[in-house]
Amino acid sequence: MTVILNQSFTGISIGAVLLLIALGLTLTFGQMGVINMAHGEFIMAGAYTTYVLQKSISSAGVSLLVALPVAFLVAGAMGALLEWLLIRRLYTRPLDTLLVTWGVSLMLQQLARDVFGAPNVQTAAPDILTGNISLGGGITFANNRLFILGLALLSVLALTLILKLTPLGRRIRAVVQNRDLAEVSGIATGQVDRITFFIGSGLAGVAGVALTLVGPIGPTMGTNYIVDAFLVVVVGGIGQLKGSVITAFALGVLQAVLEYSTTVSVAKVIVLIAIVAFLQWRPQGLYTLRTRSLA
Amino acid sequence: MSGFSISRRGLLAGISAVGASAALSACGAKTGDSTSTGSGAKADTSGDTVKVGLLNSLSGTMAISEVTVHNALLLAVKEINAAGGVLGKKLEAVSQDGASDWPTFAEKAETLIKDDKVVATFGCWTSASRKAVKPVFERYKSLLFYPVQYEGLEQSPYIFYIGATTNQQIVPALDYLKKQGLTKLYLVGSDYVFPRTANKIIKAYAKANGMEVVGEDYAPLGSTEFGTIVNKVKGAGADAVFNTLNGDSNVAFFKEYKSAGLTAKSLPVLSVSIAEEEVKSIGTQYLDGQLTAWNYYETTPGAANTKFVAAYQAAYGKDKPTSDPMEAAYISVYLWKEMVEKAGSFDVAKVKAASDGIALDAPEGKVTVDGATQHVYKTARIGKVGSDGLITEVWNSGKPIKPDPYLKGYTWASGLS
Repeated sequence: MTVILNQSFTGISIGAVLLLIALGLTLTFGQMGVINMAHGEFIMAGAYTTYVLQKSISSAGVSLLVALPVAFLVAGAMGALLEWLLIRRLYTRPLDTLLVTWGVSLMLQQLARDVFGAPNVQTAAPDILTGNISLGGGITFANNRLFILGLALLSVLALTLILKLTPLGRRIRAVVQNRDLAEVSGIATGQVDRITFFIGSGLAGVAGVALTLVGPIGPTMGTNYIVDAFLVVVVGGIGQLKGSVITAFALGVLQAVLEYSTTVSVAKVIVLIAIVAFLQWRPQGLYTLRTRSLA
Repeated sequence: MSGFSISRRGLLAGISAVGASAALSACGAKTGDSTSTGSGAKADTSGDTVKVGLLNSLSGTMAISEVTVHNALLLAVKEINAAGGVLGKKLEAVSQDGASDWPTFAEKAETLIKDDKVVATFGCWTSASRKAVKPVFERYKSLLFYPVQYEGLEQSPYIFYIGATTNQQIVPALDYLKKQGLTKLYLVGSDYVFPRTANKIIKAYAKANGMEVVGEDYAPLGSTEFGTIVNKVKGAGADAVFNTLNGDSNVAFFKEYKSAGLTAKSLPVLSVSIAEEEVKSIGTQYLDGQLTAWNYYETTPGAANTKFVAAYQAAYGKDKPTSDPMEAAYISVYLWKEMVEKAGSFDVAKVKAASDGIALDAPEGKVTVDGATQHVYKTARIGKVGSDGLITEVWNSGKPIKPDPYLKGYTWASGLS
């Protein structure tokens, strides 16, 4: 029982990490159709932001809280810049965005190496996040994982509210569903694109802050997560927030269960096979957006 | 976006192609071209100076560790020159960057031997880099001095192994755990050659010595997700964890370990790849009280070490720790110098012939070269990480242990190869 509870928690926490890194992609890839391979480097930017802030602010707790909004802004600004410089020229050529942004991601990795040095760095977590909540009998919920879970759920909530309730959200949905009609209705689609990209990339920055709580920070950390993030979005159904949430947690728990009964590497392989099988059966993913424009 | 449609198959193919090419570039393990028959590239000893090659990763993922080794090598070269050089000739250090990439190591080794005509080369860290350069040194009949503890089961006529082999590190570590009554072990390692070989040895030892391996898990190199492994460790009823994780994975592992409420008191971890430099970067709060096995610590007593630490910190900064691989690298240059002077020549065959019995009062204590295996007699030490980030010795083997790379002296190891 102890094992089951601990392992379920591990699965949920893997899912929370997946969700955080996939959330931004749900927006930029899912809603806008841009295959942004540099998304992983926005995660890295968020993590390095945390590192820089911790160096200048001595208290780990304060620096982490400051890092959340700052990383959002830093990564968001990088995303908006990328959109303005390159991606807006490629909206009709989605596979080209893959190559272009992959090139950008390599450049950003090299930039990080030049600025922060080749060796990976670490941040110290605030004391409160290094402990755990013990329910007795060996059942423990690690505080840093709970924090990440909370952060993921909060981000989902915020994103949902923005998309459903705000005028900006309505404009984003309008552009996604029918760009031409949105344009003739007086929506500045270019501006909406940039703001959408800003939010999506900013969420990657927030994911980067969360990842500093579990592992080291390095130039290539984003590449470790980018494939997983794309898988979550594709399996969830492109453009479907709900699908991404369910998929992230399902994959997390599946991964944890398999890891426990086999090994970490074998579990990864089985999860990938399961995803391929699932997409054969349901190529459109868990959920699909029903519109007339997206065939 | 209206009007564009993207085939999911095309997308997945694209993503997996990118992933695959990243994986390929990360693990191309070419071992140098074997077509060249360049033996006879002779070291140049005609001038007032002779060149020595330093081959370390000055960039890439291993740079964190290997730059410190490079610094220690430069320090030794500088000191030897200040004292008059070797056989009346000053040493000129030629540095090459292996860039944490094994084919690059092989390429640079060849450059050092063929173009720079070095008399000897010092360096390499990972077993993969050593395996990559081994055929190069053998082909050109040139010498490599290798400074890091490794998994044993290897002997090249052109490599001197200055770090510990398994019977000078892993076996004493197991002896120590057994003496403490910690007999149920959980093995956690990175998924590559060193941990897998080390764990094979540990399992053979455990079987013969009444210890029990209650679990064994590997994480991919660079992995940062340790939730499941730590849960497994927790539920396995182990007395101690034997950790052969390499590099950054240790950061994620020890963070998870602490979050799960495990401590050095409740379930100690003995690590064989974490030295002072790594302790500093992982963070002392995650490692306080945990055990390590090495031959040298910055705190090892003795005049030779006091001098080494002072010289290193004078050259590279007061806050820079010294570590086992650095010390081994430092003494490797001195050992080579002694061999050359005993041989009265830089000639590789003569130097090799003179190597047996060469001894040194090293920072780690007395070391003696075993000519038969080209390894070194070393004292084994178990240390405990303190809250100041330094490692304090809690046990040592009393005297230097004879190197036994193939564990021939242990009946339980007869099945290993």
